[in-house]
Amino acid sequence: MLETFNFRVIVEYLPLYGKCFLATLWLSALSLMGAILVGIIACAMRLSSSRIASRSAGAYIESIRSTPLLAQLYFFYFGLPSLGIMLPEWLTGVIALTLNSGAYYAEIIRSGIQAIHFGQIEAGIASGLSYFQRMRHIILPQALGMTVRPMLGQAIVLVKDSSLLSLISIVELTRAGQTLTSERFMPTEGFLTTAVFYLVIYYMLKAFSNWSEKRLIFQEAY
Amino acid sequence: MWGFYFHELMRSLPFFLKGVWMTVAVSGLSLIAGTVVGFICGILRTRRNKIIRAIIGAWVDVIRGTPFLVQIFIVFFILPEFGIELKAFPAAVIALSNLTASFICEIVASGILSVPKGQREAATASGLSQYQQLRYIVLPQAMRTIMPPLVGQYVLLIKDSSVVSAIGVVDITRVGWLTVQRIPEGIMVFGLVGLLYFAICYPLINLSSYLEKRMTVMTVKL
Repeated sequence: MLETFNFRVIVEYLPLYGKCFLATLWLSALSLMGAILVGIIACAMRLSSSRIASRSAGAYIESIRSTPLLAQLYFFYFGLPSLGIMLPEWLTGVIALTLNSGAYYAEIIRSGIQAIHFGQIEAGIASGLSYFQRMRHIILPQALGMTVRPMLGQAIVLVKDSSLLSLISIVELTRAGQTLTSERFMPTEGFLTTAVFYLVIYYMLKAFSNWSEKRLIFQEAY
Repeated sequence: MWGFYFHELMRSLPFFLKGVWMTVAVSGLSLIAGTVVGFICGILRTRRNKIIRAIIGAWVDVIRGTPFLVQIFIVFFILPEFGIELKAFPAAVIALSNLTASFICEIVASGILSVPKGQREAATASGLSQYQQLRYIVLPQAMRTIMPPLVGQYVLLIKDSSVVSAIGVVDITRVGWLTVQRIPEGIMVFGLVGLLYFAICYPLINLSSYLEKRMTVMTVKL
């Protein structure tokens, strides 16, 4: 099929791909920031001594982790309007992605926090640090440092998951491939180009992950 | 109104059960095919042949770096251009098996590499053939490392199977999508969809963490 592979169409559609590439980056970055925030809050609730907070965070994490993102996305896409909440599609998509990845981030951060020796927290209490000071100066710096690699792994998953937003008619990379397919009937050119753009993001994040790991090990040795 | 819609939803329950059956069929077939191919590739990856290792490595990277939605579009829309017409169901099984195989390949390879080298050397010294070494010495020990993430991967497989609804396979998600056109209560309809996925995935998630705990205790005892 390569002999009929039409590069001219790809060049013609390159502006669209560029726009969609930026849209994917932007949607993912927004969801990523939200997800890390949600993850930190959910994790703090999960590990708190209050039973209600711990239970509700647990229910949130478990229910997200055992249902597919697509079902969650449709849940918000079809569910919010029936509650009378009208949001633009991209916001619905970002909310679904944020809540989905937030649960995974909560688990990642929890594993990081639980890897911290309990003596450190006790030392913090003994030094008279408040809960927020302990979090800010003792627990989070170590937990976040330890979890950089799984967090970047989840970021890669998030970027890939953002492709599902095309199913609720948000314009992003996968949608660009669908556009080329429906306008010119060239699925090969359309979806392979989309795949290449995703691979660019993947390799960038992977390189960053490898780099950060080396750097963190260096800091530890230092 | 809610009562009426609830009644309607209960009446379409058989339709949902058909969706459950489809999800189980797609994931079950992909699970078997993905596990077999994944184990073969994982074993080949730990061999000394550099070319095979590089090919498998590149394949894993490409599959990991692109969203499953794009992969399924490629299988469904591009293979026909090469003369391979596929219905939605086989296309879904092929794409999902391919995805699962690439992840299981990594799990198996890291499991095999976690077996101490001395074990293999001792097996060679005892005159066991390559196949016997693998069958009786390496794999049984590697299974301890492989099992927990393998079950976790099966959960991911079931969740990812929701994406095949995009090419028209009538699985649970697709049934929800079709139902919501008739019963405009997104929260209720996709709540039920989520519940059905939860019923399938939650026991598997618990099995995974149970295995993880048990396998860790076993390692400590050794």
